[in-house]
Amino acid sequence: MALQRINAMAIIKLTINGNEQSIDVDPQMPLLWAIRDVVGLKGTKYGCGVAQCGACTLHLNGEAVRSCVTKVSRAAGQKVVTIEGLSQNNDHPLQQAWQQIDVPQCGYCHSGQIMSAAVLLRENPNPTDADIDVAMAGNICRCGTYPRIRKAIHLAAGAEQKVGKNE
Amino acid sequence: MSVKTVYLLAILLSMTAIMAATFIPDTERSDTTLTRIETAAAPIRKDSVASVKAFASVYKVLMSPRCMNCHPSGDIPLQGDDNHLHTMAPRRGSDGKGLYAMKCANCHQPTNSPGLHTPPGNPDWHLPPATMRMVFQGRTPHQLAKQLVDPKQNGNKTMEKLLEHADDGLVLAGWNPGEGRSLPPLSHDEFKKAWTTWIKTGAYAPLNGKLLQH
Repeated sequence: MALQRINAMAIIKLTINGNEQSIDVDPQMPLLWAIRDVVGLKGTKYGCGVAQCGACTLHLNGEAVRSCVTKVSRAAGQKVVTIEGLSQNNDHPLQQAWQQIDVPQCGYCHSGQIMSAAVLLRENPNPTDADIDVAMAGNICRCGTYPRIRKAIHLAAGAEQKVGKNE
Repeated sequence: MSVKTVYLLAILLSMTAIMAATFIPDTERSDTTLTRIETAAAPIRKDSVASVKAFASVYKVLMSPRCMNCHPSGDIPLQGDDNHLHTMAPRRGSDGKGLYAMKCANCHQPTNSPGLHTPPGNPDWHLPPATMRMVFQGRTPHQLAKQLVDPKQNGNKTMEKLLEHADDGLVLAGWNPGEGRSLPPLSHDEFKKAWTTWIKTGAYAPLNGKLLQH
């Protein structure tokens, strides 16, 4: 008898970019698929599917998880933030720095890059080059934009600090 | 002196006598091939030969990739049966759970991810913390045995806690490593038996430079 896989669908409630949502999916479904194909937020990218490249990075309760290997069930009742929800008007200091320095080449990996960098700056507002290298080592860029990524993170860190001083 | 005070003193003296009878002072030892490890909780039956023999099995398991890869000598975990540095070079961090966007649980899920070359999982995936690094990599049998029973190096574990540690969730994960990964050289039952025997026969450490008896 051939193996039969039964996909049990379930209503999963989670908060995505500040909005409570209920999605009817297999709880074993990768969070990435649910975000892209069910919710319709396409900013988070599929890269390798095995947590090796970082293209699918989003925030789960503030941590930069790899959504390609994270099951939807892990996100049930939790807070998810995608690149679309990082700021209201695409004006997060990292997004502004990315634009100012013109970081991307093909751009495919950069939503993941920015989501990882956001965790770095939250935990270390004034990172050194070494800190950046450690934090960003899991995000691969086939175009090799690493020097510009590093420069943009420094720029965003400075901008965040200026905003902090003015407040 | 009240009756209550006398009664308490009698209990105290009895306990001291029992404890003293359980320990064998180093000066009474004549064995020159072994180094006995001082333990907070006295083992039940001291048997240096059986203890060292059991530790040979324990050591083989602890030095296997499934155990040693998360007990590296540096601050980057290891991967694979060849113990290469973890791709992406994630760092230990102060709590052993990684740094910034490179925290263990960002990729390592509560359970194994399906498929080859996917992250193995456990709800509590982490390295030992920076303040208690519990290094296995590069340790001789003598060094590792001494380290394992030293509360200052083993995570403040008593002998009882050490015995229980054989069934710790992350220890057990070594025998459920995910697709494509080798298992430790002994079954968990065999490992637990050797671990328990080693501790309950005195947790003796083989002397440096001596080959272990198998």
